[in-house]
Amino acid sequence: MAAVKLYGPLASTATSRALACLLEKQVEYQLIPVDLKKGEQKKPQFLAMQPFGQVPVLQDGALTLFESRAIVRYIAEKYAAQGTIGLLGKSLAERAVIEQWMEVESQTYNPPSSFLVFQLAFAPLWGIPQNQAEIVKNEKKFSKVLDVYEKRLSESKYLGGDEFSIADLSHLPNTEYIVKATGKSELITSRKYVNAWWEDISSRDSWKKIREMSKAGNKK
Amino acid sequence: MAAIKVHGYHASTLTVMVLCCLNEKEVEYELVLVDLPTGAHKKPEYLALNPFGVVPTIQDGDLTLYESRAIIRYLAKKFQGQGTNFLGSTLSEEALVYQWCEVEGQSFNPPALSIFSQIVFVPMRGGSTDEAAVEMNVEKLEKVLDIYEERLSKSKYLAGDFFSLADLQHLPCTHYLVNACGKGDLISSRKHVNAWWEDISSRPTWKINFT
Repeated sequence: MAAVKLYGPLASTATSRALACLLEKQVEYQLIPVDLKKGEQKKPQFLAMQPFGQVPVLQDGALTLFESRAIVRYIAEKYAAQGTIGLLGKSLAERAVIEQWMEVESQTYNPPSSFLVFQLAFAPLWGIPQNQAEIVKNEKKFSKVLDVYEKRLSESKYLGGDEFSIADLSHLPNTEYIVKATGKSELITSRKYVNAWWEDISSRDSWKKIREMSKAGNKK
Repeated sequence: MAAIKVHGYHASTLTVMVLCCLNEKEVEYELVLVDLPTGAHKKPEYLALNPFGVVPTIQDGDLTLYESRAIIRYLAKKFQGQGTNFLGSTLSEEALVYQWCEVEGQSFNPPALSIFSQIVFVPMRGGSTDEAAVEMNVEKLEKVLDIYEERLSKSKYLAGDFFSLADLQHLPCTHYLVNACGKGDLISSRKHVNAWWEDISSRPTWKINFT
C-alpha cells in the first residue's frame, strides 16, 4: 500500500495539478476519489483533513497537506533525487524565477482561465446560466495575459528557463480544459510560442498518463 | 556586495511587505521609487523589468524578480541562515508554510482585495461602491476567518508555533481591511484571529512603515 495518498477527483484541475507532480517524480501513490457531486468534500470526515472543504489533500506519513501548489512544491522538494530532475531549478536564482511564474499562474493566469472553463465547459453541463458579459471580459483579460506569455516563451523555452519546471506543470490542468472543452482553443493555438510550449508540456508522459486515466474514468 | 534594489512604492502594502521581509532577514536594500500616481509602473522602463506593470520588483545582482510572494520566498531561502527563520525547521514544517501561503493567495486575498477595491479604488476613480459585491465578499471572508479562528485556537501562528512567510503574507490585505476599509470588526470579533493580528502587525519591521 503506497504511503502517499492523494484525495480528489481527477477531473478537478487542482487534483490533476498535484497528480502530475507525483507522476513526474515517480512517487508511488494511491488516488482516492472524492465525490464532489455528493458533497463528500463538505462532510466532517473530509473537513477534518481540509477545513476549507476543497480538493485535493495529500497524506504522506504523518503529514496532511492541502493546496495543490503547496503539494507540488513539497513533492518536488522531498523527492528531488528521483523522477524528473530540476523541477525546482538548479540554483537559487533559477528557483526564484520558477516561483515567480508559479505566482503568475496562481494570481494572473488561473483566475480568468478558471472562470472561462467554468462558464464554457461546466455551466452548460450543470444547467447553470452563463454570464456572457463576464465571459467577454475574462476572455479579454486572459488574452492580454497570454500576450505576455507569448513574449516570455519567445525568449525562453519554458517559463522558468531552459528546463521544464513546476511553473510549467502548474499550467497543465487549466490549459487542457481551455484547449479541449471551451471552444476557445485558439487563445492558445493562435500564439506561436504559447502553442509550441503547450504542445511540448502536454505531450509529457505524466500528462499523457493523466489523459489516459481520465478517458478510462469516463468509460465507467 | 551591491544592496538589493526594490522597485516599489512606499504606500503599496506589497512593497512594504517585501521591505518588512528584508528587515526581518537583516538584509540591506535600496528602495527605488516607482511613482504609481503618475503611472510610472506602466511606462516602458518599468515594463522592461516587470511586463505585468505592477509593484514591487527586485533586482539582486543579475536576478530580476517580481510577484511579492515569490520575492519573499526567494529571500527566505537565500538568507535562511540569518534573521527570522521564515520556513520552519523541517520539510514538513516548510510544506505547511507553503500551504498557508497558498490559502492566503487563493482564499483570503481575493475577497479581501475585492472589498478593498470596491470601498477604496472604485470611488477614487469616480465610481460608486457596489454594496452587494462588498456584502458578498464579506460573507466569503467571514467563512474563511472562521476557519482561521479554529486554526489559531490550536496554533500560535498559521503554520505552527513560529512566525512564518504565511503570517507575513497576510499583513498587506489585513492592514487594508482594518485601516482603509473599516472592516476591523472582521478581525476583532474573533478572539484568536485578533490576538494573532495584534501580534504580527505590531512587529517593529511592519509597524515602522505606518508611523
